[in-house]
Amino acid sequence: MSMRTSSVRNIVTAAVLLLAGAAPAFAASETDFKAAYVAAEAAEKEAGQLRNRWTTAEAALKAAQKAAEAKNFDAGIAAAKEAEALAKASIFQATSEKERWKDMEIH
Amino acid sequence: MASTIRVRAISNGDTTEVQALIQHPMDSGFIKDAQGQTIPPHFIQQLIFEHDGKKVFVADWGPAVSKDPYVKFAFKGGKKGDDLKISWADNKGASDSTTAKIA
Amino acid sequence: MKLRLAIPVATAALALAALAFVVPAMAADTPDPVADAKAFQKYFTDKFPKLKPQDFVNGPYSMNEDLHKQWEEKEEFPPYEFALEAGKEMFATPFKNGKSYGDCFPDKGIGIRQNYPYFDEKEGKVVTLELALNRCREANGETPLSYVRDEMASLTAYMAFTSRGKPMNITIPNDPRALAAYENGKRYFYTRRGQLNFSCASCHVQSPGERIRAEILAPALGILNAMPIYRSEWSGMGTTSRRFVTCNSQTRAVPLEPQSDEYRDLEYYLSYVSNGLPISGPGARP
Repeated sequence: MSMRTSSVRNIVTAAVLLLAGAAPAFAASETDFKAAYVAAEAAEKEAGQLRNRWTTAEAALKAAQKAAEAKNFDAGIAAAKEAEALAKASIFQATSEKERWKDMEIH
Repeated sequence: MASTIRVRAISNGDTTEVQALIQHPMDSGFIKDAQGQTIPPHFIQQLIFEHDGKKVFVADWGPAVSKDPYVKFAFKGGKKGDDLKISWADNKGASDSTTAKIA
Repeated sequence: MKLRLAIPVATAALALAALAFVVPAMAADTPDPVADAKAFQKYFTDKFPKLKPQDFVNGPYSMNEDLHKQWEEKEEFPPYEFALEAGKEMFATPFKNGKSYGDCFPDKGIGIRQNYPYFDEKEGKVVTLELALNRCREANGETPLSYVRDEMASLTAYMAFTSRGKPMNITIPNDPRALAAYENGKRYFYTRRGQLNFSCASCHVQSPGERIRAEILAPALGILNAMPIYRSEWSGMGTTSRRFVTCNSQTRAVPLEPQSDEYRDLEYYLSYVSNGLPISGPGARP
């Protein structure tokens, strides 16, 4: 995020200082979002390596990115957390199906 | 270029049964392509079957008819060897026609 | 007919070969494609005792009386006719270098569809008909076709048409890599995927003839015999690749690349267990 004009930068500084002391109930920061997004991305990457990504995880990830671009970090974090949960579920599915597929096999 | 109209007409007593398959995109004008651009409407507006100089079947179509439309109907009259003329015109001014023999 | 005898003979030969191949130290999980195919076909013929084996290649049309009547009408004037004619023309048109598709295939590419996919021992991988067609194009200086679009469907429609009525005839050579590919395909077929947690088997083994939303589900037996298909839902033709991709996304799984290893192996498995059933392609579906 690059803010060139000094007046805008002053406002941002003030905001950041205000937020720095803020309680968790306040709006989330970009840093929080980035952490959530990185975690979601990593989980989705692992799902990809297992060749088992879900379309809904991908969509949540994209929604997270879009929300962040609009500076709505609350929504961004919520979407990133959903993406991470979905990605983790897909990893669980891929792992457990390694054996469980046999349950469905015609014998 | 091959005709866009496939037709089969079979005489059955005093009735002729007709089936036709027409190759046409029949774009409704409501669908978007992969790039997000609306595909402009392109559909058959009128379809006419003629026998012995008379119109035996006329269809006024619009965007609700799907791609490569199939038509099946029967009309009184027509015997083996008679000509059946089929023609269509679309909203872009294109048209095609063919003549088939009743079998 | 020679083929009728050939199948039990080939089956016996395969069984013997499989036995000869088995190393005593191997676990109980040695793949036995012959037994698999037998069990697979028995499962469906038991489930639908009124159907003849060849009826299964018509998918949902053999599962429902009303649909069957619609299918009979459709067959009088099939919607795939345009694609078929286009495919015939494409197949006969030479490449820029003067060669043509027929030069890449045995028997000039006529009446051979039932042998695909096959296991290529040099490459050590399964080769499908769609893959072979694009390789043919590339070998002759032409750009490959999209696996999911009309042109590929037109070509495979024509090739399927020249094999109509011939029994599916997939072979698994006595090669551990071929058996591994077969097993991989089988595993893929039964593995649940996507957020909806469906495997191919969830619909096509557990619920053939039943509805998913407004569609009647096809049995897995013979499911590729009618490919490629004109699907009313698509308002157009679709290849095997297209169907695999859309089935994946319908379970909310991100589809793999057309002709990726998993899909090739899946096609290998599904075709093999439908051996003996006639090729009915190109087909039409709701």
